[in-house]
Amino acid sequence: MTTQTPTASKTIMSRLPLNWLGVAPFALFVTLFLFLPTMNIVIGAFQNPAGEFTLANIQGLNTPSIISAYWISIKISLASALLGCLVGFSVAAAVTLGGLPKWIRSPLLTFSGVASNFAGVPLAFAFLATLGPIGLVTVFLRTQIGIDLRSLGFNLLSFWGLTVTYLFFQIPLMILIITPALDGLKREWREAASILGASGFQYWRLVAFPILFPSLLGTLALLFANSFGAVATAIALTGSSLNIVPILLFAQIRGDVLGDPHLGYALAFGMIVVTGIANTIYIWLRARSERWLK
Amino acid sequence: MNRFWAWLALAGGMIYFVLPLLGMTEFSLKMRRGVYSFDAYARVLADPKFQETFTYSVVMALVTILFGVLLVVPTAYWVRLKLPRLRPYIEFITLLPLVIPAIVIVFGYIRLYNTSSWLPLTGSVFGTNALLMFGYSTLSLPYMYRAVDTGLRTIDVSTLTEAAQSLGAGWITILSRIILPNVLVAVLSGAFVTLAIVLGEFTMAALLNRPAFGPYMQLLGANRAYEPAALAVIAFAITWGCMALIQIVSRFAPKAPVNPH
Repeated sequence: MTTQTPTASKTIMSRLPLNWLGVAPFALFVTLFLFLPTMNIVIGAFQNPAGEFTLANIQGLNTPSIISAYWISIKISLASALLGCLVGFSVAAAVTLGGLPKWIRSPLLTFSGVASNFAGVPLAFAFLATLGPIGLVTVFLRTQIGIDLRSLGFNLLSFWGLTVTYLFFQIPLMILIITPALDGLKREWREAASILGASGFQYWRLVAFPILFPSLLGTLALLFANSFGAVATAIALTGSSLNIVPILLFAQIRGDVLGDPHLGYALAFGMIVVTGIANTIYIWLRARSERWLK
Repeated sequence: MNRFWAWLALAGGMIYFVLPLLGMTEFSLKMRRGVYSFDAYARVLADPKFQETFTYSVVMALVTILFGVLLVVPTAYWVRLKLPRLRPYIEFITLLPLVIPAIVIVFGYIRLYNTSSWLPLTGSVFGTNALLMFGYSTLSLPYMYRAVDTGLRTIDVSTLTEAAQSLGAGWITILSRIILPNVLVAVLSGAFVTLAIVLGEFTMAALLNRPAFGPYMQLLGANRAYEPAALAVIAFAITWGCMALIQIVSRFAPKAPVNPH
């Protein structure tokens, strides 16, 4: 057919359109089912029913109920992301660096793959059967040990209840992402540090932690977005009793509970902004951390 | 000392993960008063609604996988072969469904493809099913693209293509008889992730009003006590099965990447 390495720039020019044609189906697909729908929501957030530009929808978000929905959502996402990072890191570090038997590693990673995908409606059922009013742990603590979770103020349909439930997919995701990063810590670095007289703590504070920091913070951002957009678990767990953004938006799409379709677009736009910021941080830090973990 | 903390971290993590699994299993067996029984499972499996919605979701998953393969394999192949400079951008686009919440995407669909729009997909059952399938494809795009692209990395795409071309093969022959068999393992692991995602998906199916497995589970959860726990056990087994299949097929993957240079 044609030569594989074009010599003249003229050949490149004449070949370009044909080459671009190869990604046309993909471009069409993402345009129709990813870009346009999202853009439509973004534009709708800045339009009034007559189609004119307005900032009224964004200002309309400034009601106590919507602000508190965003606030609770952000708090739950942040708490589950921070705890997920902390626990996931501890478990991953225990397995990669803590001197545990080698055979633990593979089942742990497999289980993490399963658990990070075990989200949505069934996850809510599992926690209702465990920490719900007549769940396994609740009943055990009440009848065998005499601790009444409810009188201690714990309720599954609350901030902490949702956070504990989200951790079930957050921790495994952290383990899956951070294990390769921990593997990337070269043994030579540790040896070099200890030859220079560093203690274990100093090695972590001055060598390992700065190297891991971007991927830690980046994963935090990913976990944050992950729980911020979670709809199914929240709805199956709480019905509509908890005022968080995904539930509010779900109810708005179903039945226009805000009484103004364009306020709904603004609500969705706000979600894009929040997860967008979190993921921009993730992508940026990820690119920085990959330089060290080659 | 170090090892003590390592065991402690692992044990703590394991308790947290085992308890809910234990809780849902125990609860699902308690339907009959006083004894453990499989009544809840029998009830669920005999429910015609369960069979309908589960079949619907499995069929949707298969169609989604087929569409995903037809979309992703040629694209990833073409980008590696002809437009390598485009690769970071394509990769970025495929990661966007992780950034934009599914509920926002489906909200856009409802607005863009409603009955009074230029492409009234939601006007017919077939159209809505197609729209839901495109939505599922979007959700699984990050996993599918990553899997296929990683698979392509292990083979020498340009040499294989030149060899096939010099023997007179056209693009379709190259893709279906050279590239696809070589990345089949990667395609399969992408397919099993897609299966797990589609079977459990709730938001899109619920908002597009399709009788899928996710909304059925949610409805049952709102109305019943023991059946949801049985469903959770079944769903966990399905997820586990999908991941186990990925592990099994990836045993057959070529291990060391062929150095193209």
